Amino acid sequence: MSDPSLAPPETGRSAWISALIGIGLMAALDEIVFHQLLAWHHFYDQASLEIGLLSDGLLHSAELIALVAGFFLLFDLRRRHTLAPLWAWAGGFLGAGAFQLFDGVINHKLLRLHQIRYGVYLLPYDLAWNGAALLLIMIGVGLLTRARFVQAQRNLSAAETRLGESL
Amino acid sequence: MSHQHGATSFWGELVISLAIITLFVVYLWAAWQLRSRRGWSWLRSVSFASGIVLVLLGLSPTLTAMAQHDLRGHMLQHLLIGMFAPIGLVLGAPFTLALRTLSVPDARRLSAFFRWRPMRWLSHPLTGFVFSIGAMYLLYATPLFAASQEQALLHSLLHIHFLAAGFLFTWSLIGIDSAPHRPRLRMRLVVLFLAGAAHAILAKAMYIYLWPLGVAADAEQIRTAAKLMYYGGDLAEIVLLIVLFAQWYRNPRCQRDLASQTVSVLPSK
Repeated sequence: MSDPSLAPPETGRSAWISALIGIGLMAALDEIVFHQLLAWHHFYDQASLEIGLLSDGLLHSAELIALVAGFFLLFDLRRRHTLAPLWAWAGGFLGAGAFQLFDGVINHKLLRLHQIRYGVYLLPYDLAWNGAALLLIMIGVGLLTRARFVQAQRNLSAAETRLGESL
Repeated sequence: MSHQHGATSFWGELVISLAIITLFVVYLWAAWQLRSRRGWSWLRSVSFASGIVLVLLGLSPTLTAMAQHDLRGHMLQHLLIGMFAPIGLVLGAPFTLALRTLSVPDARRLSAFFRWRPMRWLSHPLTGFVFSIGAMYLLYATPLFAASQEQALLHSLLHIHFLAAGFLFTWSLIGIDSAPHRPRLRMRLVVLFLAGAAHAILAKAMYIYLWPLGVAADAEQIRTAAKLMYYGGDLAEIVLLIVLFAQWYRNPRCQRDLASQTVSVLPSK
């Protein structure tokens, strides 16, 4: 085999694996900050639907797997020198934002699993929650655009080098 | 929940504890036998010892006495004996140790036993899943738990079941003893995912419906026990996942892709 450091970066894989970590971290943050520290979220809300109990359990288990699997897969990419850091950051922000939005819209509103806080006027809380989600997604999209641009530049310069060599 | 019951249950716990200590002595003796030959990893011994300590903690008189009248005590026992102790025991690689110390004919017999068809079925993660998580649904969603509070023998059998089913399930997921039928990593991950979900769902159901069924306990006590089960289950799932992925990470045969992964057997030193 040739020098492993010359292996092309696995851009898509870097982004997807980090998205897993982003999802897992956001879920962990929700559990630690809103359930445990602030105690705004309830362990269970009387308004929950039965299907919510089921989906909550499945999602919860998947989040734990996403977090642990994500870190190990990322370590594996790094070991093989094929990690694309910018793509990884983009994926991380997109995963975190998408999860936050999913939690804010599906879990809080559609399934009514639990609300952000109880005994308060919810609208500002919901807006802040989903606004934060959109902000994370926007950062992710920005990083992804930047990553694509850098990648295109790199491909271009590589093509120019090849052209120069062949001439 | 009379005081008489408390006394008889204590004897049941004592018998199990003595059996566990005997097992540990045998393990240490076997590891000592290997000292002159290729040796036995002290990390495995420490891991096995930690499993033994967790079982003994779970069966300790203090916790047993607490579990008599407090569901939180029972839940702590359940977590220690059924979930955390097996991790230590399994990573102690007891069957590898047995194979190395037994005489050649006996070792052949043991490995033939592991190749036996019913063992393939028994050592599948789904079997462990049904025996451990399935049994918990049976225990908490039916009057079985309430009955176990009344009958000391049933109560002791329950602890043995927790330990055996927990060991079987953990061994099928992260066992480092070489097993001819160990399923692929992907299958083990799927079963662990389902187990984690089923455990979390049961914990929340207990919180909502104030299970175990037919137990006259304070609602707040049941809810705390259910939360203990929920977060304790999380911790166990995370530890299992870390061990599972660490095995994947260390195994040179399956570094490329999850799909190419077949078995996870640590190279014997």
